[in-house]
Amino acid sequence: MEDQNNGFLADDNDQPKENPRRNFLKQTSLLTAVALTPGVAVKAAENHFDEKVAAAFEKLPLNLTVNGTAHKLSIEPRVTLLDLLREQLDLTGTKKGCDYGQCGACTVHVDGHRVNSCLTLAMMVDGKKVTTIEGLAKGDQLHPMQEAFIKHDGFQCGYCTPGQIMSAVACVREGHANSEGEIREYMSGNICRCGAYPNIVNAIQEVKNGGQQV
Amino acid sequence: MKEEQLLNIPGDYTDGIDRVDGRQKVTGAAKYSAEFNLPGMTYAVFATSNITKGSIKSIDTKAAEHAPGVLKVVTHLNAPKLPGYETGKDPSKPATGGGPLKLFVDNSIKFNGQPIAMVVADSFERATFAASLIKAEYTKEAHNTDTAKSLDKAATPKGPRFSDYKRGNPDDWKTAPVNLEAEYILPTEVHNPMELSAIVANWTAADKVEVYDKTQGVKSTQNAIAQAFKLPPENVHVTTKFVGGAFGNALRTWPHEIAAVMAAQLVKRPVKLVLTREQQFNSVGYRPYTWQKVSIGATADGKLTGIIHEARAQTSTFEEFTEGTVNMTRFMYACPSVGTIYKVIPVDVNTPTWMRGPGEATGSFALESAIDELAAKLNMDPIELRVINHADTDPENGKPFSSKNVKEAYQMGADKIGWKNRKNKPGSVQEGGWLVGYGMGSGVFGAGRGRATVRATMQSNSTLLIQTSVTDIGVGTGTAMTQIASEVFDNYPIKKIVFELGDSSLPPSPTQGGSMITSTVGGAVHDACTALKQKFQQVIGNGGTDKPDYAKVLKEKNLPQLDVEITSSGSSEMRNYSAYSHSVHFVQVKVHPKTGVVKVSKVVSVADSGHIVSPKTARSQIVGGAIGGIGMALMEEGVIDHRYGRYVNADLAGYHVPVHADIPQIDTLFVNKPDFKVNPMGAKGMGEIAIIGMAAAVANAIYNATGKRLRELPITPDKVMMA
Repeated sequence: MEDQNNGFLADDNDQPKENPRRNFLKQTSLLTAVALTPGVAVKAAENHFDEKVAAAFEKLPLNLTVNGTAHKLSIEPRVTLLDLLREQLDLTGTKKGCDYGQCGACTVHVDGHRVNSCLTLAMMVDGKKVTTIEGLAKGDQLHPMQEAFIKHDGFQCGYCTPGQIMSAVACVREGHANSEGEIREYMSGNICRCGAYPNIVNAIQEVKNGGQQV
Repeated sequence: MKEEQLLNIPGDYTDGIDRVDGRQKVTGAAKYSAEFNLPGMTYAVFATSNITKGSIKSIDTKAAEHAPGVLKVVTHLNAPKLPGYETGKDPSKPATGGGPLKLFVDNSIKFNGQPIAMVVADSFERATFAASLIKAEYTKEAHNTDTAKSLDKAATPKGPRFSDYKRGNPDDWKTAPVNLEAEYILPTEVHNPMELSAIVANWTAADKVEVYDKTQGVKSTQNAIAQAFKLPPENVHVTTKFVGGAFGNALRTWPHEIAAVMAAQLVKRPVKLVLTREQQFNSVGYRPYTWQKVSIGATADGKLTGIIHEARAQTSTFEEFTEGTVNMTRFMYACPSVGTIYKVIPVDVNTPTWMRGPGEATGSFALESAIDELAAKLNMDPIELRVINHADTDPENGKPFSSKNVKEAYQMGADKIGWKNRKNKPGSVQEGGWLVGYGMGSGVFGAGRGRATVRATMQSNSTLLIQTSVTDIGVGTGTAMTQIASEVFDNYPIKKIVFELGDSSLPPSPTQGGSMITSTVGGAVHDACTALKQKFQQVIGNGGTDKPDYAKVLKEKNLPQLDVEITSSGSSEMRNYSAYSHSVHFVQVKVHPKTGVVKVSKVVSVADSGHIVSPKTARSQIVGGAIGGIGMALMEEGVIDHRYGRYVNADLAGYHVPVHADIPQIDTLFVNKPDFKVNPMGAKGMGEIAIIGMAAAVANAIYNATGKRLRELPITPDKVMMA
């Protein structure tokens, strides 16, 4: 699975004690995006302004394209791509299953590569193209992988399904769907608790062998 | 219905009717509870206890209150007293074992991870951050979370269902020519459905609240909220359109649901509360740690003479959770002398709840392992031993079974997996450096029919609308109900049938659980559709055809629509029968002799659960249960560090469940013989039997491969190597 760079979070290990709010602001807003917020937030934090005043300055601009629609947003830098999609853009097809990159329910495509959107801060996709499950079909015409999931009953509750499908499409595009064993290996980052695995593998094989454009 | 028509299951599973909500699920349009984004939404996040037992000495919420976006911080010091929490025990009901946890009513800490405060803020990030600023000081008390070391504290639960059972002279096992006694352990397992428990609560008037809640039963949630807030039930509107798996963890209303409704009342805005994955481990139940002992004896030719099955299971200190762990031993096999003993052990954890297959899945691991052990001692094929002891009538009550085709199921599964390749002598087959073994285990679960109300409406555009409050936790209820309606309406087109569910304002159906829904709600759908058809015949009068053009009839008679609402339940004839669904699971495993790694290489699961209403979704349900059973056998274990009383693997990296790479193709077979005594479709439930017996099948196959008998789940490589 494509792994996004999380070095950004790794720097944030100095646990604030006295004034965690300001430390957090410094570590995220200031260190990572100081170029984007000239002075104001820096001053707010350094001069110990009231927290609620500081809060007003903590949003940063973000430009991204989701399913072909360009968005100009202003967001807190700590917002994950997953929460941005679900809570701010009302694109709830992308699911939160663990928030730790362990289950794959949040899988989306960023510039064509599959990523766990819960491990991706929204700021990291500035200027990039994001595709979610809502952007896979062409109008009423389902993507072949969506059709195959329905035909093979590649789900029960449906909660992991958007992630499975986004991962499955990428798996085929990556050239990692050449055998049942290979599909299982390259799909193992997507957990299905209902246990639809054999059906999902069959759906992916059908799409792979069907020769349709994915 | 004609019997011969019912026996036809499509050979290729993709031929069956597609899931009616499939399109919504593959496009992201299906809305789960956390996905109803209401205007002005706020977010609630819990701060939780990091001690296991004691009380809160002081709690500092100032920093959280001053954090940006925070609207409210709730603790036991400022929480409003819920009217329904003040009434104490319902005097009309007999005393049971305690009551559910009530949040923020006092300073006591009963388990690690118990919510001590709730922050409500205008964004999820702000609420999460503010919750991290809450500091509590505690008065600690000595705790005990170690069930394994507390077996001597086990006590018989209250209530007649769980008193000791005895028929004949169970001690006869001791004097049997062939006998054994063995202990089996199942660790705490956590449901961990993919969807996190979630609720959106919104007060629409001073005395009216709407919630979008992850629940298996909208009516029971409606009642629980109405009771806590002393509202008329109709003032509580519960919507649950899609459930992202539950496996039992949404069978009851948990404290976080009440807390979210309280929060929404306080901030006068909609509140969304989504539990974290860690919180799934101690907020919404789990399968309890259970120690079991089976003592069993047989004659030299394999006739069972006596069985004693004893279980001791974990519960919380404030509630007595019980399940049917030992019950199947009373009726599974024809044995004249049987004793069962079931006890619970209170420890400092939150309360367990039913997890798929519930107690029967736990119990079958012990019983079906013991039967396999006995077969090995008798040097007998384990299927043969089961056939010899087949119970033709229910040995617990002497009643005939409404239907039972287990012998046929044994045969079907054995043929499919190639049981003839199994060597009775363990450790005798090697293939490419792996030891190969075969094992089987069987499952059984009650196949009752409860009461449900269904409204069936033929609309002017000839859409057949079927409505009832039931939820679909993923098993395919909507699809099965649509197929039942279609069959009753002379193969009415599936696309013209709408099944509306998951709303407390619809006619009442029971909570989805216990493999009851296809029988119960399906029976009511059948009866409602039958009544609607009859109503049409009356409207049409003499000369009505069997397959009228319903839209035309409505138009001619100047009717906007025609509807019926029917409440139905099982017939009284059922009292004369014992009704069960059965399953038989077969597996082939490969065990690596140098690493102890176990690979499940083949699975055949056979269900004997009456007529199969919806073959495609039924097959998926059996496949999913088998996979759950593989997880139970080889991977799943919630691990508490007993020094701290806290889970150390409370996420999906530490709590292992099967992934794609662990699972082979799974063959599913149905006996598919209708049982019309249970309901007019002849269908019986299969959600539980899909997992019951599977863990034993895997353990028995590992024995057959290696000669090592593993009695403690999960069977991880270290245990295989140490055995």
